[in-house]
Amino acid sequence: MVDFWSSYAWPTVIILIQILAIVLPLLLAVAYLTYAERKVMAAMQMRRGPNVVGWWGLLQPIADGLKLMFKETIIPSGASRIPFLVAPMITFTLSLIAWAAIPFGEGIVIADLNVGILYLFAISSLGVYGVVVAGWASNSKYPFLGALRSAAQMVSYEVSIGFVLVTVLLCVGSLNLSDVVRAQQSIWFVVPLLPMAVIFFISALAETNRPPFDLPEAESELVAGYFSEYSAMTFALFFLGEYANIWLMSAMTSLLFLGGWLPIFGWEPFADGSVGQIIWHGLWFAAKIGFVAFCFLWVRATFPRYRYDQLMRLGWKVFLPVSLAAVVVTSGVLVFFDLLPNK
Amino acid sequence: MIVQALSFYVFAAVLIVSGVLVVANRNPVYSVLFLILTFFNAAGLFVLLGAEFLAMMLVVVYVGAVAVLFLFVVMMLDINFAELRQGFVRYAGIGAVVGIVLVAEIIFVVSSGAMSPAAGALGGSPMPAGVTNTEALGNILYTDYFYLFQAAGVVLLIAMIGAIVLTHREREGVRRQRIAAQLARDRRSVEIKKVPTGTGI
Repeated sequence: MVDFWSSYAWPTVIILIQILAIVLPLLLAVAYLTYAERKVMAAMQMRRGPNVVGWWGLLQPIADGLKLMFKETIIPSGASRIPFLVAPMITFTLSLIAWAAIPFGEGIVIADLNVGILYLFAISSLGVYGVVVAGWASNSKYPFLGALRSAAQMVSYEVSIGFVLVTVLLCVGSLNLSDVVRAQQSIWFVVPLLPMAVIFFISALAETNRPPFDLPEAESELVAGYFSEYSAMTFALFFLGEYANIWLMSAMTSLLFLGGWLPIFGWEPFADGSVGQIIWHGLWFAAKIGFVAFCFLWVRATFPRYRYDQLMRLGWKVFLPVSLAAVVVTSGVLVFFDLLPNK
Repeated sequence: MIVQALSFYVFAAVLIVSGVLVVANRNPVYSVLFLILTFFNAAGLFVLLGAEFLAMMLVVVYVGAVAVLFLFVVMMLDINFAELRQGFVRYAGIGAVVGIVLVAEIIFVVSSGAMSPAAGALGGSPMPAGVTNTEALGNILYTDYFYLFQAAGVVLLIAMIGAIVLTHREREGVRRQRIAAQLARDRRSVEIKKVPTGTGI
C-alpha cells in the first residue's frame, strides 16, 4: 500500500497540481488577451475600448465569460450531433495540452520531452481538425466553406513552419526545447536567423487563422466561418482555444528565436539556481511572450485581409522555396565554418 | 509496470476497435475520423516502445497532413453508399487474399528471429546507449542506408512530378495575376489623361 502511494498516487497528485498551475494562469491570460486585443486596437484606432465594466473595463472578459456560460447552447437540427459537440472540445484541448512541453525556466517544465519541438509541431498541426470537423458537422454552407479554406491554409503553412524548425534545429543539435533555449546563451537566434523568424511569425499568423489570414472566418463573406452555427459555451471553447493558440505560438516564437527565459545580454542579478533567478527568468519569458502576442494584435489592427489565392501563393511560392533554400544555406554555413553543434 | 501494461492494452484495444470501425462505418467522414483515432493510438504505442521520434512523425505526417487531405476530399465527395455496398461480395475474395498475405508476411518477419537467430540479430538494430532515438535513427538512415534513402526520395519526387503532369492542364484565355509585372509598373507605364466633364474619352 505504501508502495502504491509513493509510486503511483503521489506522482499523480503532483502532476495534477502542475497542470493546474499552468492551466489556471493560462485561462486567465486567455481571458485578458481578449481584453488586451480590444484595448490595443482601440488605442491604435483612437477609440477607448471597453471601459464600463470594472476599472478601465478590467472586468469585461469576466462579464463576457459569464454571459456565454448562461446562454443556451443551440444545436442545429441538421447537424451531426456528436462531431458538432466534439469539435470545440478538440480545439480547446489541443490548445492546452501543448503547454506540457513548454519550459518556463531551467528545469521548470512538466514534460521535458526529447522531441519537444516535434511535439509542439504535431499538436499545432492537429488544430485543423477542430475547425474541419466543426465545419462539416454544422451541415451548413458557410461553416463548410470556412472549414475547407482552413484545411488548405493550415496544411500549406505547416510546410514552411516545418522547414523553419529544421533551420533552428540545425543550429541547436537537439529536439529538446530546453536545449534550444540553452543554445541561445551567447546569441538569440533572431539575430542570425532573422528571415526565418519573420517567416515563422507570419506562418504562425496563418496557422492560428489570425488577420490578415483569417479567411476561414472572414466575417464579410462567410458570416463567422466555421463557427457560424455555434452558440454559448461551444462558441466560447472555440474562442478560448483560438486565443490560447495565440499564446502558444507566441511562446514558441520566444523559445525558438527570442531566447526563451534568457535575459538580454546575459543580465543575471541573482545567484544560479536561486528562487530569485527562477522568477527573474519567468518574468523575461512572460515579457517576450507578451511582446510577440502584442505583435499579433498589432498586425490585426494594421493590415487588410489577404485574398485567398494570394494567401496560397505566399505559402507555396514564396515561403516554401525561401525556407527550403534557408535549410540548405544554414546547413552549408554550419558545415563550412565548422559550427555544427554535434560533432 | 502496471500503468505501462494498462496503457498498452487501452491503446491496443482502441486501435483495433477504431480500425474495424474504419471499414465498418457507413459514413466515409466517420471512417476517416476513426482512421485518425487509429493513427493516434498507434503513436501512443510507439511512445510506450520508447520510439518517441516515430510517434511524433506519425502524428505530424499522417494525422497532421495525410488524414487532413483525406478528410478534405471525402467531405467534398458525393458518394452513393448503396452502390458501394453492392461490390462487397465480389471483392471479398480478393480482399481476403490480400489480408492473408499481409498477415503471413507479418508472422514471417516477427518469427524470423526465432527460426534463425543470426537473421534476427541482423534484422534488428538495437538502440545504442546514451543516444536519443532521433539521433540513432538519423545515424542509421544517413550512413548505412544513405543510397536507399536517396533513392526513396527520388521515387517520391518522380511520383510528385507525375501527379502534376497528369492533372495539370493548360487552359486558354485565363487571366492570371502577375505580381512581378504589377510591381514593375511605375509612373511612366501609366498614361494619365485629362477627361473633360460629361464627354468621356
